[in-house]
Amino acid sequence: MDADLIVQILFAAIKTGTPLLFIALGEVICEKSGVLNLGQEGMMLMGAVVGFLAAYGSGNMGFGIIAAMVMGSIMSLIFAVLVLHIGANQVATGLALTIFGTGLSAFIGADFVGQTIQGFQPIAIPLLSDIPYVGQILFSHDILVYFSFFMTALLVYVVNKTRIGLTLKAVGENPHAANAIGIKVLRVRYLAVMFGGAMAGTAGAYMSLVYTPMWVEGMTAGRGWIALALVVFASWRVGRIMLGAYLFGLASIMHLVLQGLGWSISPNLLAMLPYVATVVVMVIIGADHFKEKLLAPRSLGKPFDPRNMA
Amino acid sequence: MKFKSLLVGLGLLAGANAALAEDPLKVGFVYVGPVGDLGWSYEHDLGRKGLEEYFGDKVETTFVENVPEGADAERVITQLAKAGNDLIFTTSFGFMNPTIKVAKRFPNVTFEHATGYKLSKNVGTYVLRTYEGRYVSGTAAGMMTKTDTIGYIGSFPIPEVIRDINSTFMAAKSVNPNVKMKIVWVNSWYDPGKETDAANALMDQGVDVLIQHTDSPAPLIAAEKRGLRAIGQASDMSQFAPEAHMFSVRDNWTPYYINIAKNVMDKTWEPKDYWGGFADEILTIESINPNLPEAVKAKISSTFAAIKSGELKPFTGPIKDNKGNLVVKAGHSMTDVELAQVNWYVEGITDEVPH
Amino acid sequence: MIRIQARTEPSSLMKVASPLLAIVLTLIFGAILFSAIGKSPVQALHVLLIAPLADSYNIGEMFVKMGPLLLCAVGLSLCYRANMWNIGAEGQLLAGALGGSAMALYFIDSESVFALPITLLAGIISGMAWAAVPTFLKLRYNSNLILTTIMFNYIALYLLIWSVHGPLRDPDGYGFPESALFSDITLLPTLFEGSRIHLGILFAIISGIIGWFILSKTHLGFQIRVFGADEPAARYAGFSSKKLSWFVMLFAGALAGLAGVSETTGPIGQLTPNISPGYGYSAIIVAYLGRLHPIGAIIAAMFMAVLYMGGDLAQIEMGIPVAVISMFQGVLLFFLLACDFFINNRLTFTNQATN
Repeated sequence: MDADLIVQILFAAIKTGTPLLFIALGEVICEKSGVLNLGQEGMMLMGAVVGFLAAYGSGNMGFGIIAAMVMGSIMSLIFAVLVLHIGANQVATGLALTIFGTGLSAFIGADFVGQTIQGFQPIAIPLLSDIPYVGQILFSHDILVYFSFFMTALLVYVVNKTRIGLTLKAVGENPHAANAIGIKVLRVRYLAVMFGGAMAGTAGAYMSLVYTPMWVEGMTAGRGWIALALVVFASWRVGRIMLGAYLFGLASIMHLVLQGLGWSISPNLLAMLPYVATVVVMVIIGADHFKEKLLAPRSLGKPFDPRNMA
Repeated sequence: MKFKSLLVGLGLLAGANAALAEDPLKVGFVYVGPVGDLGWSYEHDLGRKGLEEYFGDKVETTFVENVPEGADAERVITQLAKAGNDLIFTTSFGFMNPTIKVAKRFPNVTFEHATGYKLSKNVGTYVLRTYEGRYVSGTAAGMMTKTDTIGYIGSFPIPEVIRDINSTFMAAKSVNPNVKMKIVWVNSWYDPGKETDAANALMDQGVDVLIQHTDSPAPLIAAEKRGLRAIGQASDMSQFAPEAHMFSVRDNWTPYYINIAKNVMDKTWEPKDYWGGFADEILTIESINPNLPEAVKAKISSTFAAIKSGELKPFTGPIKDNKGNLVVKAGHSMTDVELAQVNWYVEGITDEVPH
Repeated sequence: MIRIQARTEPSSLMKVASPLLAIVLTLIFGAILFSAIGKSPVQALHVLLIAPLADSYNIGEMFVKMGPLLLCAVGLSLCYRANMWNIGAEGQLLAGALGGSAMALYFIDSESVFALPITLLAGIISGMAWAAVPTFLKLRYNSNLILTTIMFNYIALYLLIWSVHGPLRDPDGYGFPESALFSDITLLPTLFEGSRIHLGILFAIISGIIGWFILSKTHLGFQIRVFGADEPAARYAGFSSKKLSWFVMLFAGALAGLAGVSETTGPIGQLTPNISPGYGYSAIIVAYLGRLHPIGAIIAAMFMAVLYMGGDLAQIEMGIPVAVISMFQGVLLFFLLACDFFINNRLTFTNQATN
């Protein structure tokens, strides 16, 4: 393998990892507040179709992205009302959201299958993109990739360095204690879930506007589920999610590249790898009892009802 | 409400009277994917629409999309038969055994199963000679490649795909002795994201012409972005890549569906293992890009014509596999039964058939 | 002004009324939805919810569809009662199908009367093994069970696909990814002539009853219930959380494994890559609709089976696109999950207009 090929592979790994990064960033915030939303696939598909329609109709890509974010949030709001206010089970409701979103997206997109738009063009960042190798890998992407860099940095800062981050973690770790010190638990969770929806919508728009600029039914092909693995793989650390997303991207690129180079490996066994790796990471984290803070938020998946408080 | 139901009742009566005169042929279709996939199921649905257009109110069609290939398939096929369909097309390999089972219980219904190999008294099968299209693709790709490297995006290593890989490579080799082919399996018929990744991985490794055995236009879009070339699959994909698109090999089911419906109507239908290609216009070459060099355009046309007339048969011996065994004797053209069982790569392909 | 007030104890009236309320709300939503796409709402709702039970064939098929859902849901109900958030029924089902099929293929030339019981046992043990690993990881390494079980679903799926492309592929199957058809000796007998209802359905219903018996009549079940309701109290009483966790997980794994092997040796009759259209995930919804009660699961599984079949029938009889049907199903599930709210809460009307 020569240097050029390696640069190309790393460039591709970032592109492939970007939709995963968006959904996983949303999901990690949601999970940190203690809510597990398995409806990502439905939210993403809605983001993809609405983003495509908005961009197609208006000719404005930015408008497409915003529409996708709004749609993702609206979808997540359905979920939030059901699980936060009405106390429905999170897992079952998330699955129902996926069924609903898959159907709705196919329904509203039916007449637009086969239409095309001009996707985003890559923007080379002046100066930075001239750095040998690194410039090509990191700074020759389209604007959504840069947006994912920005969102990651922003979230790392917000989660680790600000009051908002503290509040979020308090709600996820111990909602009762958080409530006792005056944090509005449900409000925080609503916002976290809706942020997750907006990010899933963005991931969907990335699929339908950048990755493959078109709309076809079911085009996200299970990426929402991979993102779920990714959050665990990153042990709920925002910075590591970025790393993990690119590793997952790299893994899926590498198995294609290796085949092209003539290695014969069963594609099915390779497809298993990210999941096996995630389990291994969980075991390693779990084996080290001193790192308990790396474990899942303690109230993850459990409902919280302020009215049951004494 | 009452008035309406009265009208409906009258309508039914009128329908019954008309039925005595001429019953429309009821035709059912079972699709494995959504009709909005722009690939396999989408083309079958265009075939269904073509059938309706041709016969007007002499046929009545129904389709069920997204049918899983497990225990559900048998039920859906049965329900179509029970709903009075006279002719049922099951359009994916995984529907083979369910179709055979249901056909036993409905001897008066005609079944047609795509891509399988089991026939019975009232089950016929139909397969596309996609390898004919691949031969044209391989010829054009062999001429167009500047890097002498063409790329093949495979779905699953089933005989159809293995066969087409061989056909592509033999064709490319016939016009360009130095040509190499890289093969990447994506393990899906349809995953636009993964197909994009595969296309990029191939192009990163020096491939400059892409041929895909998957159904989304994603590889064409990827080629367009890089200024390289690609060939469309299953449907006309020219609108996705105005510059990169060389031509599309389209599955055109309409003539077959019309033909079978006719046979069923005049009771001349017999179970057959049908293989259709250029000659029957079941497979067509669409939208040859004007930006191709004249020599390539001419070669595409002449290769197409030679295959169509039967003058050129891609799998004619001597053919050696890539382990050096003579698999087709000199002068012999492989029969359909032999073609159905291809599980080797031809000489010159350096990979191995994966599991 | 409407206010929400928590009930002091769950309303037994609402336990019955809430699903009815959900169904009424869905009917209203459905009527609007189907009118909007220009279909008769009355006919659509009839086809979706009543036609699947309209004749003996359909009722039989309802049981066939319900079998795997119920087997998985009974196990999951016990898991969730014990606070073991097992999302892995899908993987356990696939593991059961894989293990059982390997055994069935081993017995392909056998005449032994033990072939079927051993095949089923292999399926059950494979399912248990697939549940055992995440359980061990949770108890030993404190891994989040929801997430490990999801990972194991994927691992099982790819293992199964790999097997049908490789070691378990039918040598005479033209290279298609399917196993050989099992010999009759390893097929589950059907219970009624002309229907697909097989022994596996009986297993499913028995499992529901056993689940109910364990939960309601045994000390183990008492421990599970206490544990789920009040974990500290259960620990204080000296109940072993480890023992309970192992029990519910292995029980669920065994049932899901049985579901998998019953599908392959029942209606499908071979191993294919598409054994389950997501039964293990749907079973989660079934378990909650059945309020985590094994008998409730029987009713909920029937209901889900009707819903799935209605979806196919709506396509066949009315041409309603599958997209609209999924929307309808999603909304119905939302309403069913939401209406349970009224069991523990009530709305009160006060005169304060503003506050």
